[in-house]
Amino acid sequence: MDILHVKRVYKSYADHKALHNLSLHVEQQSIFGLLGPNGAGKTTLIRIINQITAPDKGEVFFGKEKLAQKHISQIGYLPEERGLYKKMKVGEQAIYLAQLKGMSKGEAVYKLKQWFEKFEITEWWDKKVEELSKGMAQKVQFITTVLHEPKLLILDEPFSGFDPINTNIIKKEILELRDKGSTIIFSTHNMESVEEICDDIALINKSKKILDGKVSEIKAAYKSNVFEIVFVGNMIAFTTALWTSFELLDSRDDNGRIHVKIRANKPSEMNDLIRTIVNDVQIISVNEITPSMNDIFIQKVQEVMPETLEEEVTNA
Amino acid sequence: MHKIKLIIAREYLTRVKKKSFILMTLLGPILMAGLMLVPVWIAMKDKDIQLIEVIDDTGKFINQFESTTTLKFEHTFKSIDSAKANFYDEKYTSILHITSLDQESEVKMYYKKQPGISTIQKIKNTIETGIRNIDLENKYKITKSQLDENKPDVKIESIALDMEGGEEAKDVGISTALGLGGAIMIYFFIFMYGIQIMRGVIEEKTSRIVEIIISSVKPFQLMMGKIIGIALVGLTQFLLWIVITSALYSIIIGFIGGEAETIIQGNDMMNDPNMQEAMKSMGGGTDMSPGTLIQSVVADIPIFKLLFSFLFYFLGGYLLYGALLAAVGSAVDSEADSQQFMMPITIPLIFSFVVAQVVMENPDGPLAFWLSMFPLTSPIIMMVRIPFGVEIWELLLSMVLLIAGFIGATWMAGKIYRTGILMYGKKITYKELWKWLFYKG
Repeated sequence: MDILHVKRVYKSYADHKALHNLSLHVEQQSIFGLLGPNGAGKTTLIRIINQITAPDKGEVFFGKEKLAQKHISQIGYLPEERGLYKKMKVGEQAIYLAQLKGMSKGEAVYKLKQWFEKFEITEWWDKKVEELSKGMAQKVQFITTVLHEPKLLILDEPFSGFDPINTNIIKKEILELRDKGSTIIFSTHNMESVEEICDDIALINKSKKILDGKVSEIKAAYKSNVFEIVFVGNMIAFTTALWTSFELLDSRDDNGRIHVKIRANKPSEMNDLIRTIVNDVQIISVNEITPSMNDIFIQKVQEVMPETLEEEVTNA
Repeated sequence: MHKIKLIIAREYLTRVKKKSFILMTLLGPILMAGLMLVPVWIAMKDKDIQLIEVIDDTGKFINQFESTTTLKFEHTFKSIDSAKANFYDEKYTSILHITSLDQESEVKMYYKKQPGISTIQKIKNTIETGIRNIDLENKYKITKSQLDENKPDVKIESIALDMEGGEEAKDVGISTALGLGGAIMIYFFIFMYGIQIMRGVIEEKTSRIVEIIISSVKPFQLMMGKIIGIALVGLTQFLLWIVITSALYSIIIGFIGGEAETIIQGNDMMNDPNMQEAMKSMGGGTDMSPGTLIQSVVADIPIFKLLFSFLFYFLGGYLLYGALLAAVGSAVDSEADSQQFMMPITIPLIFSFVVAQVVMENPDGPLAFWLSMFPLTSPIIMMVRIPFGVEIWELLLSMVLLIAGFIGATWMAGKIYRTGILMYGKKITYKELWKWLFYKG
């Protein structure tokens, strides 16, 4: 079932188009990566989902209902540009933000204590935000975003400002939240984390969606059919075995171990490849070289816009 | 509605709990009490009585000078030269030397310490009256007692005559002061707390918390919550100031005792004969003490009308300017950038404060009328006009216009605010602001 359905949404500002005929489905209990270069329209889309701005045309559905004010308490949002009241105490502020999301004070305090214990930050409760480091403030911010257990969680660059250790903690929390039933929309430039945690993605460029689907399917579709093989044996026997169905890209001899890169001329499985050569050489390893999401991202964006990746004013 | 209450509560509590608020709330009354009491204290300390040695060559002014507690006259029959020679050995603070009785006679006063203006005025009056009386007696054979018998006592009663022929006696003196006081309070309140609204908006914008908050509440709710919350902070502060100031005042008066009271009442102004005359004619009575005088005047003041108008213009003016200043705060990235948008907002406010004086001179003139209708100036100008009597339709029209102005300003501010708070790093022009007014949702 879809928790979010964005249907043919248009939004323009005085000087440019931010979203053009954009449609998306986000499946319940999945992690959805929203990708795109700066100025593509991601922030605008996120703001529309959060009802901070309204689309010029098009509709957004939350579950089966049309998105409305009452859904606010079921959405959690961590903006890319985020901050807290500097002069306010951490605990007080977290309670305030939870209450704005519709929680009662008692409930907020109870759940906050749990989270603070989990993150081992109970001693920060009475500190002012300005006394915290950036990473500490980010942790508090993350807690305030997920505290009301939203059905839909929108995280815009959630890992910026975190060191690798804390990044892992947050990553673990995100996966845990998904397993408990939340759906997460995850906007980022960090392609490694997309591969690691996203189930589905949509790639937006210049106000239009240019690619979407399951990460695994996209990667399969962009398979380059390149294999890296290491073997011991005769190079001539190897190439003869391959015959014409493979193209040799690269080879080098490393003390009797031969490393080769080949490309299959038609989509082929690793098993077929192994079957072809297994009688002629002694195989050490076979690897299929799959394109990273990063490669796909760059390839796709440049296809549409071959010139250069043009930096636009964020946020416009 | 529940969320706007949360916002109001936060805006209110974080400000009221601030050290600077508590400090200002306590220090304000001490400063104000100081302002009132220091002159009294100085006057009390400065109790060295003026003792004036009168050397009267004409011999006509013996016992003509009335001594008071702080100003004493003593006639001596020394020659001026010997008096001058021994001046620093004597107890006298000054020597008054009267040489002739001519209409333009010169009287000399030698002093150790400069006597006050009121002392000199008093001496001048006594001598002038004395010379006139002597002249009247010599030239026209009118004695002083005849003159006193013949002293007319004219009262001027100002009566407003309305169209139905109804008459209403008005005393504008004290109510004018109240109106002006109200106008000054409105002016300061708008300035002090309006700027706080703007700062609050800028703070939310620069700390980037604003996007998180407006994902939970509507920008308009956040803006109104802030405006109302800060209004309550201001009202709290004013209330505490009034309570603490009056408490402090009465404590200090009680402590110093009746002495201070006599000094306050018997200060220079009250001793000025002209002033006393004025007070007498104003009160309509002959021998009223200042206390009963004030009571009789207070009875004449349209107190409810003044109070109601004050509250109305106080809140209306604050809400109008508050909304505009919130919009300014949302459009800029820092307080330093706010200047260009602040100007057109503060100018009407300062202007109305400056022309208040002119309006008082001619409270029914066209300037007064139009300024009391224009919402940006009416809160101050109307307060100044009300004590002089304003037609009810004018008052109602002005109030309706202020409400309309407030609604219009809030609508406009809401539009600008909604777009502005999410706009960073862009130099905003008026043209840009104009476009924002027509953005959709």
